[in-house]
Amino acid sequence: MALLEVDNLVVQYYTDDGVVRGVDGISYEIRAGETVGLVGESGAGKSAASRAVLRLLDGAGEIVGGEIRFRGRDILELSADDLRAIRGDEIAMVFQDAGAVFNPVYTVGEQIAETIRTHEAVTDSEARDRTIALLDRVGIPNPAARYADYPHELSGGMQQRAVIAMALACDPAVLICDEPTTGLDVTVQAGILELLAELAATSETAIQLVTHDLGVVAELCERVLVQYAGEIVERAPVDELYYDPKHPYTVGLLAATPRLGDDRERLPTIPGTAPDLIDPPTGCRFHPRCPYAEDCCASRRPSLVDPVSGRPDDGDPETHVAACLEYTGDLEAGLDYEVQVRDAADSDCRERKQQGEPR
Amino acid sequence: MSDRQPTTDRGRIRIVGFDDAAEQKRDSDASSDTADAAGTTADPSIASRGATGIDPTTASASALAQPGRRLENAWRRFRRNRSAMAGLAVIIVMAVLAVFAWPITVSTAEVTITLQPFSLAPYDPTAMFVAPPNAPPSLAHPFGTDWAGRDQFSRVLVGGRYTLSIGLVAVGLALCVGVPLGAIAGYFGGWIDEAIMRVVDVLYAFPFLVLAIAIVPILEPVPILGSGYWTVVVALAVTGWVGYARLIRGEVLSVREREYVTAARALGVPDRTIIQRHVVPNAIAPVVVQATLNVGTVVLTATALGFLGLGLEPGSAEWGAMLAQGRSSLLRGDWHVTVFPGLAIFLFVLAINLVGDGINDALEPDRDGRDDRRRMR
Repeated sequence: MALLEVDNLVVQYYTDDGVVRGVDGISYEIRAGETVGLVGESGAGKSAASRAVLRLLDGAGEIVGGEIRFRGRDILELSADDLRAIRGDEIAMVFQDAGAVFNPVYTVGEQIAETIRTHEAVTDSEARDRTIALLDRVGIPNPAARYADYPHELSGGMQQRAVIAMALACDPAVLICDEPTTGLDVTVQAGILELLAELAATSETAIQLVTHDLGVVAELCERVLVQYAGEIVERAPVDELYYDPKHPYTVGLLAATPRLGDDRERLPTIPGTAPDLIDPPTGCRFHPRCPYAEDCCASRRPSLVDPVSGRPDDGDPETHVAACLEYTGDLEAGLDYEVQVRDAADSDCRERKQQGEPR
Repeated sequence: MSDRQPTTDRGRIRIVGFDDAAEQKRDSDASSDTADAAGTTADPSIASRGATGIDPTTASASALAQPGRRLENAWRRFRRNRSAMAGLAVIIVMAVLAVFAWPITVSTAEVTITLQPFSLAPYDPTAMFVAPPNAPPSLAHPFGTDWAGRDQFSRVLVGGRYTLSIGLVAVGLALCVGVPLGAIAGYFGGWIDEAIMRVVDVLYAFPFLVLAIAIVPILEPVPILGSGYWTVVVALAVTGWVGYARLIRGEVLSVREREYVTAARALGVPDRTIIQRHVVPNAIAPVVVQATLNVGTVVLTATALGFLGLGLEPGSAEWGAMLAQGRSSLLRGDWHVTVFPGLAIFLFVLAINLVGDGINDALEPDRDGRDDRRRMR
C-alpha cells in the first residue's frame, strides 16, 4: 500500500467571478522513500493540490471531493486533533518563501524547537540539542550560534535550509516541498537541491516536489506528474518523461526550457496562456494552445492512457501514462515532434535523429 | 497511435517539431476567423486573475522586514525622542510623588502594617483646618487650602494615586479583555468573529463617557467592588476594551495570512499557541500605542466622572473630585482651589500623550503617529 494516496481530489475556489476548480480530479500516490515531482506552470493548481494534502487551504479554497489517504486513513475525515498530530510529525511542508516562513519575533532555533515540543514530550534542553543537530544536518555552519539568530539575520539560502530543518524536525514520512528553490539564486539553489537529494537518498522520507522547473525535477525525482489546468496530463518515470514525452503540453514545456549553447534565435514558447479555470476549455483543456489539436480535441475529454497500448491507466505508478487523444487513436495527423539527443561527451554536438513522423 | 520509439541514448535533449507546429497554428489562427481565436485563447487578464485565485496564500510578507530584537531597537529609538523622554520623566516623577506622598498602610483588626513609611506631603491630606479655609497660596501651603482648610498641595500629591492608578489599571483590564477577544475573533473568523464584533459594535454605538456614566450606577451595588475606586475602574474597562478588540482584530486579519502562520499550522502547532506566539506578538504594536494614549483619555474620563460626583466618594482627594468641589470656591474668586488639580491633570495627560507618540514612533518608525492620533480622536 502506498504511503500517501490522493484519489480524485477536487479543490474549488469561490471568487467574485465564479467558482474556480483549481484542482480537478487528480489522483496520484507516493510510496515510502520515493521522490515525486509535480510540475506545471503558474496557476495549474500544483500548490493548491499540495496544500490540500494537509488541509491547509484557507480563505476561499475548499476541498469538495476525493480522498487523501495517508497510511490508509482518510485525511479529510480526521478530527482537528488527529490532523494536528499528523501535520509536522508525519507529513511536513517546506514552503516557497523562506523569508516569510519564520516569525520575525522569535529566533530560528526557538521556532524549530517549538515544532519538536509540539509533537514530542521533550525538555527544553533536549529540544534545543535536537534543533542544533538538525541545523547541522541541513548544512548550516556553526549551528549552535545560528540557533539564537533571528530569521532576518540569515541569508536566503540559510533561511531555506532552516525551513527544511524545521520540516524535518520530527522525521516526517512525507515531505512536501512547495517550490523550495524559487527565488534563490542558482548557486544557492544547487546547494538546496543537493541537500534534498541527500535527504532523499539517506532517509526514509518520501518527497513530493512541487515546482515549475523541469531542471530541478530532472535532478531530484524518480517519477514526475505533469499538471495542467487542474488536471494531471502525464505521469512517467523521470527518464521516460524527458527522453520520451508523450503529452503535447510536456513536449511544449521541454521545448521551452532555455539551454546554454542553444543555437536557436528565439526561445520556443507554448502559444497562448493558461486557461481561465472559471470556464475551462471543453474537451482536452490544452486544445486551445495545442499545435496538434484537431476538431475532436474540443469535444472529447481524454483520460490517462498507456501511450503504447492505448489501454486506460492501470494504476501502477511506474507506468507511463498521458492524457491525449492521440493514444486512443483519435487524432488523424498525429503528433509531429521529435526528441533529439545531443551527446554531451561529443564536442561537435552530433545530432542523431531518433524518429521523425511526417505530418 | 504513435509509432515513435523511445530512445535509449542519454544526453542533452532538444525537442524539434513542436515549435514549427505552434508556428503553423499561429499562422492559421491569424488567417482564419479572429473571433474564434479570441474565444479560445484566454484573455491574459482573465488568466492572471485565475492564477491569483489559485494561489492566494503566497502573498508576499516581505513588507514585514521587522528586525528581530525589536524591543531593544524600539527602546533605542524611544530614548532618542526627547519629548517622549520628557513625558516619561514627568510620569515617573508624578508616580514617585504619588507613591511616597503619604504612608501606605494595610490595617486589619489588630495590626497595622506600614508598607511605605515615607511622607513627602507636608500635611495629612484628610486633616481639616490645618489653615484657614480657602487661603491663597503661601510658603506654608504652596497650593493654598480648600473650603475645609485642607492643604491642597498634600491633596494633589496624594490624589495622584487615584488618578494615575485608575488610568493604568483600567487600561490594563481593558487590554486583558480586548486583546484576547479581538485576536480570537480575527483569527478564527466566522460566527465567533460575528458574535464578538457585534457586541463591540453595540458598545461602540454609545459615547464613551455616557456609557461609563450609565455603567457606574449599575456597578455600585455590586459588593465585591467595594468603594468607588473599583467601580470606576471596572466601568472604564468595560467601556474601553472594545477599541482594543477592534484594533487587534484588524491587525490579526492581516497577520494570519502570513506564511509563518500557515507554516506553524502545517507543522501541527495548536491554534492557541499560534495565536499566543505568532499572531498576537506581530499584531500588538498599534494596540500598545493606543493603550498608552488611552491612559490619558481614561484619566480624563475618570476625572470627569469624579467631577460629576460618580464613582469615588465625594471627600476623596481624586483630582476630578477636587475640581468639582472647587466650583463654589471658584465663583467666589478663589482660583487656586481648581487650578492646581487641573494643572496636574493637564500635565499627566500631556506626558502620557508624549510617551504614546514616542512609543508609536519607536515601534513603527515608518508609520506616521499623527495619523493614528487623528483617527483616535
